[in-house]
Amino acid sequence: MVNGLIGRKVGMTQVFEESGKAIPVTVIQAGPCSIVQLKTQEKDGYQAVQLGFGQQKESRVNHPKRGHFEKAQVEPTLVLREFRVKSLDEISVGGTVDASLFSEGELVDVTGTSKGRGFAGVVKRWKFAGGKKSHGGEQDLRRPGSIGASATPSRVFKGKRMAGRYGAKLHTIQNLPVIQADAERNLLVVKGAVPGPPNGFLLIKKASKVTPNA
Amino acid sequence: MNLIESVESQYMKSDIPEFGPGDIVRVHTRIREGEKERIQVYEGTVIRRAHGGLRETFTVRRVAFGAGSERTFPLHSPNVDSIQVVRYGAVRRAKLYYLRKRTGRAARVKERRR
Repeated sequence: MVNGLIGRKVGMTQVFEESGKAIPVTVIQAGPCSIVQLKTQEKDGYQAVQLGFGQQKESRVNHPKRGHFEKAQVEPTLVLREFRVKSLDEISVGGTVDASLFSEGELVDVTGTSKGRGFAGVVKRWKFAGGKKSHGGEQDLRRPGSIGASATPSRVFKGKRMAGRYGAKLHTIQNLPVIQADAERNLLVVKGAVPGPPNGFLLIKKASKVTPNA
Repeated sequence: MNLIESVESQYMKSDIPEFGPGDIVRVHTRIREGEKERIQVYEGTVIRRAHGGLRETFTVRRVAFGAGSERTFPLHSPNVDSIQVVRYGAVRRAKLYYLRKRTGRAARVKERRR
């Protein structure tokens, strides 16, 4: 069985628990994904399923891709991603994977590209406290302060947290509970936030730390 | 209806009376004390409604024993048992923050005849 699929972040809202507690949730368009290719041990050295998600205009599919999709006899898709599987039994090219894969209460891992923040200072990037706003500290408002000792070691340690490019990286949030799984409309409602902006692509997998052999 | 709204609509109440800023309402809230559950009533003037959809909230202001107090309720929360409109008010703005600066007779809202 495939243990994950490709989706798109719709956005966030909140829902109420029976106790009246409001919980933050993310709505995800999860699938439907078409099975485009199978990677086999004999041919590729590993076992995986290649899934496609999202509608792509015919005119935007180049020739090599067109051939690839035609071979699987599926509609051209926007994205293709591979999911490792333990066994390829019961999986065939041309099939689909949808939100019925998940059920309410289950835990999932969600992977996505986080929002790019460009070149960010240490306060935003590493949650440094910055300097004082008053008492003569006005000039050091968002500065990092000291980056190390002096003659010993006479250098800055590797990995020292400094300003730089922040975000736009692949991040995975683990163990998000599924609040609602609507197989009909392929909607997944998970508790908490997931990486990336609305409309960003996501990979949703069964939680690796709690789902054995997945 | 977009997808977010369609998810929210499953949790939204349909039995909310029409009310807005300036109206005097009686809000019945469920309070859980240990095992027991009881209903508490909070009455006062609605000074704002904020956000929208399932996340909509409203704030009720009352002056009790000379001290002003305000409570903000999530409109669709299961803990808000029911809302009764006691009196409709005639006001000309959406947020009645000016009431905070007023006391006594000046803090009254004219009744809206309907």
